Amino acid sequence: MNLTLKIWRQKNADDKGQLVDYKVTDISEHMSFLEMMDVLNEQLINKGEEPVAFDHDCREGICGMCSMYINGEAHGPDRGITTCQLHMRSFKDGDTIHIEPFRATAFPVIKDLVVDRTSFDRIQQSGGYISVNTSGNTQDANATPISKIDADKAMDAATCIGCGACVATCKNSSAMLFVGAKVSQYALLPQGQVEATERVLSMVQQMDDEGFGNCTNTGACEVECPKGISLENIARMNREFLKASL
Amino acid sequence: MSGFLSSSIARKVAMALSALFLIFFLIMHLSVNLTSLFSETLFNHLSHFMGTNPMVQFLLQPILIFGVVFHFVMGFVLELKNKKATAVKYAKDNGAANSTWTSRNMVYSGLVILAFIVLHFIDFWIPELNVKYVHGDMSGLLEGTQDFRYFEELQHKFVNPLRVLAYVVSFVLLGLHLSHGFQSAFQSMGFNNKYTKTVKAAGKIYSIIVPAGFILVAVFHFLNH
Ligand code: HEM
Ligand code: SF4
Ligand code: FES
Repeated sequence: MNLTLKIWRQKNADDKGQLVDYKVTDISEHMSFLEMMDVLNEQLINKGEEPVAFDHDCREGICGMCSMYINGEAHGPDRGITTCQLHMRSFKDGDTIHIEPFRATAFPVIKDLVVDRTSFDRIQQSGGYISVNTSGNTQDANATPISKIDADKAMDAATCIGCGACVATCKNSSAMLFVGAKVSQYALLPQGQVEATERVLSMVQQMDDEGFGNCTNTGACEVECPKGISLENIARMNREFLKASL
Repeated sequence: MSGFLSSSIARKVAMALSALFLIFFLIMHLSVNLTSLFSETLFNHLSHFMGTNPMVQFLLQPILIFGVVFHFVMGFVLELKNKKATAVKYAKDNGAANSTWTSRNMVYSGLVILAFIVLHFIDFWIPELNVKYVHGDMSGLLEGTQDFRYFEELQHKFVNPLRVLAYVVSFVLLGLHLSHGFQSAFQSMGFNNKYTKTVKAAGKIYSIIVPAGFILVAVFHFLNH
């Protein structure tokens, strides 16, 4: 198929940036979206132009790097997948496709489609861990009884890959789905209890300090999240936060 | 407390609490209004009680005013913060693919409600204050008669079709505001469990029935004055 691409080009963080039109031809419907981008970059390199910078790593939906806002949706029109799992069969011959970086004040553009998501790392570092002794006298994790329901919910929360689609898609650039998932995965387990109070307080504080917006429960994040992280996790974070504050 | 209220989640919870208070208030208000459809006497007596009871006047009314002001001021504060968090917009953004129009436009439906509240104050509240506290007439009687004035005044307000139209439009937007807001308030307070389906259903019913009730009262008196 033949496509027109409208891609955000921006030299660096200070550049103003703009949408630039490109044509690609003979794209197979079996290609992944990133392979289509590879074809375009090949073309650009052969013509001596600067290829489009975009983030990617695993190309199998687990690393969360491939941040693209495609036709007005994070990771494109399909549900439950990342951009690298999006196939060109989701598009039609002759389509015009808008490709923009994830937008949020807390995710500044580094170049073209690459954004700086280290704000997520700092949130994680502020409390998204448990302190366990790993120096020889570790306890067998299975020695701690955990209800199946809680284990499943914690596991569901832990599938968050930190891709940032929730922020990108949110009209408020709120990071509450991400932080809610990270708080929940520990809040549901006995191992997470010891540091529960400081965890939720400092992660929420860090989230606010990074300049993410405020959740208004539109639910867009849950729909666009490649891992189907549920809004329940935001409610749980809010409960944990209230418990820790009051 | 101000430290606590600087956190995003605490603000959301405060927003939700003020909203739930307003939701409760609207039921009270509508109940009184609905009596005007079938009993002039009952409506007059309830209005007189509400207008002169010190508990209502000096405790509940200030709480209500605080609740409304807090709700919209906090709404604007959060909106401004969110504007800052989303400084650069997408060239193409397909919000309709993942969320409802009402959820994305709470501040606009809220602004219409705010304009309505201003109109409503000019219509009812300021004249009430004027009669009761400036002229000191606490009798609640129509001048030169032994009849209560409230029903009379209510009917008089809905003579002008433009005002009736303004009321109808405002209540439709209140319905939209609440069709998202009702369940959103529960989620904000951390309530999301097996009862959430019921809360959502109750929210839909509330957001249709209550505004429709207010509209019914306005249109009824417009047609029957
Ligand atoms: C004075 C005019 C009003 C303005 C400017 C206003 C504005 C707002 C804004 C900006 C929000 C935040 C959006 C969100 O969290 O989803 C909101 C939420 C809400 N509003 Fe209003 N509003 C007004 C009046 C009312 C009234 C009269 C009621 C109900 C009787 C109401 C009920 C709600 C509810 C239930 C929420 C959701 C709270 C939450 O999610 O935590 N609002 N409003
Ligand atoms: S919650 Fe979902 S959308 Fe948000 S970072 Fe995690 S995986 Fe990505
Ligand atoms: S490249 Fe790893 S999730 Fe897409």
